[in-house]
Parts: sequence; C-alpha cells; structure tokens
Amino acid sequence: MKVAITSTGPELGSAFESRFGRAPLFLVYDLEKDTFTAVDNSVNMAAAQGAGLQAAQAVVSAGAAAVITGHVGPKAFQALSAAGVQVFTATAVTVAEALSLLERNELVELKAADALGRGGRGR
Amino acid sequence: MNIAVASGKGGTGKTTLATALAEAAGGRVQLLDCDVEEPNCHIFVKLPAKTRDQVTVLVPEVVPEKCTACGECSRACRFNAIVSLGAAPMVFSELCHGCGGCLLACPSHALQEAQRVVGYIETSHAGDLTFIQGRLDVGQVLSPPVIRAVRERIDPGELSIIDCPPGTACPMVTAVRGSDYVILVTEPTPFGLHDLRLAVETVREIGIPCGVVVNRSDGSDGLISEYCSAEGITILLRVPNDRRVAEAYSRGDGLLTSLPGLRQELKGLLVRIARFSRRPAEVR
Repeated sequence: MKVAITSTGPELGSAFESRFGRAPLFLVYDLEKDTFTAVDNSVNMAAAQGAGLQAAQAVVSAGAAAVITGHVGPKAFQALSAAGVQVFTATAVTVAEALSLLERNELVELKAADALGRGGRGR
Repeated sequence: MNIAVASGKGGTGKTTLATALAEAAGGRVQLLDCDVEEPNCHIFVKLPAKTRDQVTVLVPEVVPEKCTACGECSRACRFNAIVSLGAAPMVFSELCHGCGGCLLACPSHALQEAQRVVGYIETSHAGDLTFIQGRLDVGQVLSPPVIRAVRERIDPGELSIIDCPPGTACPMVTAVRGSDYVILVTEPTPFGLHDLRLAVETVREIGIPCGVVVNRSDGSDGLISEYCSAEGITILLRVPNDRRVAEAYSRGDGLLTSLPGLRQELKGLLVRIARFSRRPAEVR
C-alpha cells in the first residue's frame, strides 16, 4: 500500500506539512517496498481556488491509498472519500515521524473534513 | 446616458450620491444598484419590489453513461472545479465560472450545461423612477453575473444612475464598463486619495471619462484637489461634512432631506456631465 504524506521537502527527514491542498510536496511512501517518491505540489500551492481538489487528484494518480496530513478541507475530503483514499491526521515534526505513527497504529482515521474550506483565497 | 457612481474606497458615499442624483434628476430616471453583495439603495428608495427574476449561471453536469473518465474536463478547467479520479468526474459548481471550457474539452460529449441560481434582480417603479437592484445569494462568490444582469436592464433612452460596488476589481469593473461617464466619490483623507488614484487608473484603462465628487468636505481638501488638478480631473461637487447629513442618513433619509439646497446643484451636475460624457443626452 502507498501512503501520501504532506511534506515541506523531498526527504523523509523533511518537516511535516500540516496543510493538505497547499502542501509544497507529497512524499508517496510504499509500505511494502520501503521506497518513496516525491510528488511536487507547488502548482497547487499557488492555485487561486480548488487547491485541495487538485491535491486529491495528484495523490490519487500517484496511487496512494491513504493520506497523512494535518488538516483536510471539505471539498478535498469529499474527493478523497469518493476515490476510496483513507485520511489520517497527525501532528508530527518530520515526515518519518508521521509515517512511524501510522505504522504503530497511533493515527486515527478522519471520517469528515476537519478544516473549513477557505473559499480558495487563503482567507 | 448612463452614469456610474463608483469609488476605490468603500463607505465614501456612493449610495448617498447615487440615490440623491436619481431624486434630483427631475424626469424619467433609472436607479440601478449594482453593489449586489450588499445592495442598500433600497434603504433610501423605500419601494417594495414589483418583480423578482432569478439570475443563473451555467455549470457542467456529467452524463455518466457517456463518460469515459478520460479526465480531459478536469485538465481543461482553469478553476479546479472538476475532479477526475478514475470514475465519472465530480463537479464542484461553487468553484465554476461557467466558461464552458470543459464542454469543449470533453471528447465524448458527456457533459451538458445546467442552470445554477446565483442571485436575483428586483424591480420597482414610483412616478418617474425605475429602481432595479441585484442581490447575490448568500454563499455565492461570483458577483459579475448578477451585476451584468442588472446592467442588461439599462434603458439606453433614459438617464440611468448606477450605484457600483467599491474597489477596483472585477465587480467594480463589471459595474462601470459600458457607462458613458463615471463619478468617483471620495473623501478628503489619505485613504480616500489612495483609493481614488486606483479608481482613476482603472476607469482610464477602461476608457470612460470621469470626474470626482468630494464627500464630507471640510473645506480643506487640498489633498484631493492637488491630485485632481495634477491629473486634469474635474471636481464636480463638494458635499459638506455636515452633521445633519449623518443624522438623516442614520434614519434612512437621503442627502436631499438634510441638504435640500443640493437639489439644484445635483441637477446642474447632471447637465454638465451630459456635456462631458461619451454619449451626450438631454437631461431635463
């Protein structure tokens, strides 16, 4: 199974990013092979609106079955749910830490959006 | 002739001036409230709406039987309003600007357009006055379609006064565009001047002649007059900073209630504007 973790940098030691739609990158980690790839999300970071939706699309096309992030807005959550992607929220310092929380079963799956939509303009 | 009453800064007195101009016109006149996010001419006009029409925009609707989940619609959307996740796409209509790009992009004709209500237009009449106001529905983010719907009701054969939304972005531009003349209302403060500058630049870019009305003038509005004379912009009128205006306003009474002497000045102003405007017309 592949897990997408929101990150500020391209390495497992990079700081964990709490925003989903406007995360700079996703690290897509393959739990079976213990390998990962970095997916750039900088285009969505600057999107005027709908960043969460585009991020959801990027995560799904990267083949992730789960997401670990800080918060997810209503539209992104709706899209991720429709695609059958599990969403876990974490408070972690690094991406590696977020991943180990998941592996130790210490993360709770999110069943509804936990952030307000921002109307797409950072408001 | 249609005259837009605009400003960069909010709260300078656009509605106060627009309603007073309509009252002073002394003949058939249309008053159009294009500040559709918070229309408030009705507070001064006090007319019950006679007709109410919905304003709709077109949004895409997926026909699942025809959709091949190719994702072209999602890639075409500039507004991130369509998500394709391997099945029929999800449309988030609140993000849609109604451009129709997705319909053109879809190779299997699996999208059709449906109407979504975003606001409404109310019309009323009293004597020589026709009052038209647009109102954007709560939760909607796109005011230009409602503003355009108000402007479509302009009768080119009449004098029309358009109360515009503040600012210099899409709503203001949509409300101003197509006008014969723009009155920019400002106040003699650094904020007023700053936003007046932006408004002048915007109106010049659109290519419409403009003049300035200084509201709450205390006689020492050198800030505004220096700028206007440097830019060659006419100061059409100074409305004094008078407590009676504020008191009347707080009761929902217009400018002419507190300063009846302004009626002739406003009428004269309309006559002068008719000479400056792109489409001179007779003002009775």
